[in-house]
Amino acid sequence: MTLSPFTEEHDLLRKSVREWVDAEIAPHLAEWEEAGDFPDQIFHRAGELGFLGLAFPESAGGQGGDYWAQVVFLEEVGRVSQAIAMVLSVQTDMATPPILEFGSEKQIDRWLRPALRGESIGAIGITEPDTGSDVASIRAQAERDGEEWVLNGSKMYITNGARADFITMVVRTGELDEANPWAGISMFVVDTSLPGFSVSRRLEKAGMKMSDTALLFMDDMRLPADALLGVEGEGFRQIMWELQGERIGVSVFGVAGARAVLEEAVRYAKAREAFGRPIGQFQAVSHRLAEMATEVEAVEALVYECCDLWSRGVYATQEVAMAKLAVGRLSNQVVDEALQTLGGAGLVEGSFVSREWLGMRIGRIGGGSDEVQRQILARIMGIG
Amino acid sequence: MSGLDLLFLEEHDAYREAARRFVSNEITPHAEEWERARDYPKELFEKVGSAGFFGAKFAEAWGGTGPDYIAETVWIEELSRGLTFGTASDLGAHSQLAALYLDRYGDDEQKQRYLEPSIEGRLTGALAVTESGAGSDVNAIRTWARPDGEEWVLNGSKVFITNGSWADYVVVAARTSDEPGHDNLTLLIVDADRPGFERNRMNLIAWQTSHTAELYFNDVRVPDENRLGEVGTGFRHITTIFQWERLTMSLSALSLAELSLETAIDYARKRRAFGHPVIRFQVWQHRFADLAVRIRAGKALTYRALRLHIAAESGREVPREELVRLTSMAKLYTQRIAFDVADECVQVHGGAGALKEYPAQRLWRDARVGAIGGGTDDIMRNIIAGTMGLGVA
Repeated sequence: MTLSPFTEEHDLLRKSVREWVDAEIAPHLAEWEEAGDFPDQIFHRAGELGFLGLAFPESAGGQGGDYWAQVVFLEEVGRVSQAIAMVLSVQTDMATPPILEFGSEKQIDRWLRPALRGESIGAIGITEPDTGSDVASIRAQAERDGEEWVLNGSKMYITNGARADFITMVVRTGELDEANPWAGISMFVVDTSLPGFSVSRRLEKAGMKMSDTALLFMDDMRLPADALLGVEGEGFRQIMWELQGERIGVSVFGVAGARAVLEEAVRYAKAREAFGRPIGQFQAVSHRLAEMATEVEAVEALVYECCDLWSRGVYATQEVAMAKLAVGRLSNQVVDEALQTLGGAGLVEGSFVSREWLGMRIGRIGGGSDEVQRQILARIMGIG
Repeated sequence: MSGLDLLFLEEHDAYREAARRFVSNEITPHAEEWERARDYPKELFEKVGSAGFFGAKFAEAWGGTGPDYIAETVWIEELSRGLTFGTASDLGAHSQLAALYLDRYGDDEQKQRYLEPSIEGRLTGALAVTESGAGSDVNAIRTWARPDGEEWVLNGSKVFITNGSWADYVVVAARTSDEPGHDNLTLLIVDADRPGFERNRMNLIAWQTSHTAELYFNDVRVPDENRLGEVGTGFRHITTIFQWERLTMSLSALSLAELSLETAIDYARKRRAFGHPVIRFQVWQHRFADLAVRIRAGKALTYRALRLHIAAESGREVPREELVRLTSMAKLYTQRIAFDVADECVQVHGGAGALKEYPAQRLWRDARVGAIGGGTDDIMRNIIAGTMGLGVA
């Protein structure tokens, strides 16, 4: 009977990821958050260390590990920062897997290998100013012009968007058919160095300020024929596939973050004294933290079942939607209780808990909102 | 190998099929009638026994077919879907408690006399720990057993003893010492026909078919050969078996929750309001989706605890604190889910939710017991906080 999905090799990997995170990320988080930026160097270093391609096959430039290796990586980064976990996960779980899954050898060489080495930075382009969860309604359009495509439109809330070298993007390649809006969508790898691409602005956010979130414009941008990823018109199906891995990824680092803020609250409750004893000895405080620990354990167990299915190649839409929904709610609830436990200390700018409290709110919106997950579940349950 | 290996193998699927068939033939069709009568025929124990469903976790030497705790899990899950939770609770008190105590702590002679016929369903047992002044606080037990020659003389009373009003024998936790600490309780097997033993079936608002009883011991003489385990080991044994009991309660609660959700969705499809079936309203769709997520997370947590139990049963070294932590979490998390789902099930029924002719109100009443029995929610929180180094030292 397995009690843990991880092997000794995973434990060693965890140790080396943790060392890197503790040395090169954690000490700078407050400073990066205040500056609203972090150095690209993070991607380069992660690539050098082999962390960006853990579960990618060696034949495509990855480390050839299993999905649990990726889980280790996301957990260790998620433990210290949802913002950095998000930007790295955009690279490893969102922008690059579709290239491996749908791309040609040439596209893998051109885009995937450098991304796994950390030499180029990727983003995923779905959301537009008027279209978020409702993916079928996207309006950015690529039209054929000879061998090339001409791309026009805009993308909104794009993480890594201001620094990305390439964007794995879905756009419309056929007229919108109201009866069948999923048709006529295609996926491209968009080279951001080409003329016509511009970062309209970096968006100022309430949380995850260090990560760049951008509004992007494509104005008569000419893409070469081989920018098309996969099959023309299959973009909707392809992006739905991408969203599975994306949602599992954010669930993994989300639950790790929830566990970390809970641990911080427990540490604080043991150290901080009031009325003559550590506050953790007050039954009300201890029960609240016990409740949170229970919620974390349950949701983590659900996420692990999800990872297990994913690692065995099962396309488990229901479990993925459940995990995504559960983690978003969990992390917001736990971080709020953690902040309450810390009291005034939880409100101080630059502290771990206050930063995560602001950042975790994104978990219930990005990658498909709570409402979208519920709608997916209702459909699968045959009631929506 | 990385990843999680499967809990349920093909043989367990077959076992589930058989259990489901048994429950849907022998239990579900009678549920309404039994619930109205607040009773059911005691022969059910023999039926369950002869079909082999008391045997999964016991060794072949005593008439079992195991030990296979995954098969036992399957039986618990299916039994709890039988729409008569009180009946399932009686069967559980007999098999998951009384018989399990005999299996763990009994000597060969005791196993022959009590365990074998219990697995066959010819003899039924109950476990008596709780008293009016000692529920979650097991150490406060006031029922005394005093030695007298080769016998023990038992005085005191017990309350909320599931299956107690008709059990053939009762495993009783009694005080045998006044010393402080945890070595002052001893377990005795008390035959129901002993002089001085009286009992009274209780009327509860939930688990209404269950034979939950108050037990009275008035100078009941129990031979020392009926002592289960060493003198003074009672507390330790009780807190050990608590873990399995709480896990079985988690499994049952999840079945009840699933049943409540199915019942609710089924009604929401049929019931029309404002020109639509209620299920067409998005708030109900989303509410049901949320409940399904909680049930699924509860199941993942419970199975996480189950893996530890199974590893421990198969003789592997398992940190006890981890087992206690996960089991307590599963118990806490699942009992509340069961009640919340049942409560929404009543809600979607509207006025019909209050009617006895619908099972919704019964699921709701029965689910409420879970946060109290087997260690209350607050006790679970105390235990969990303790494993985190929090709470009153």
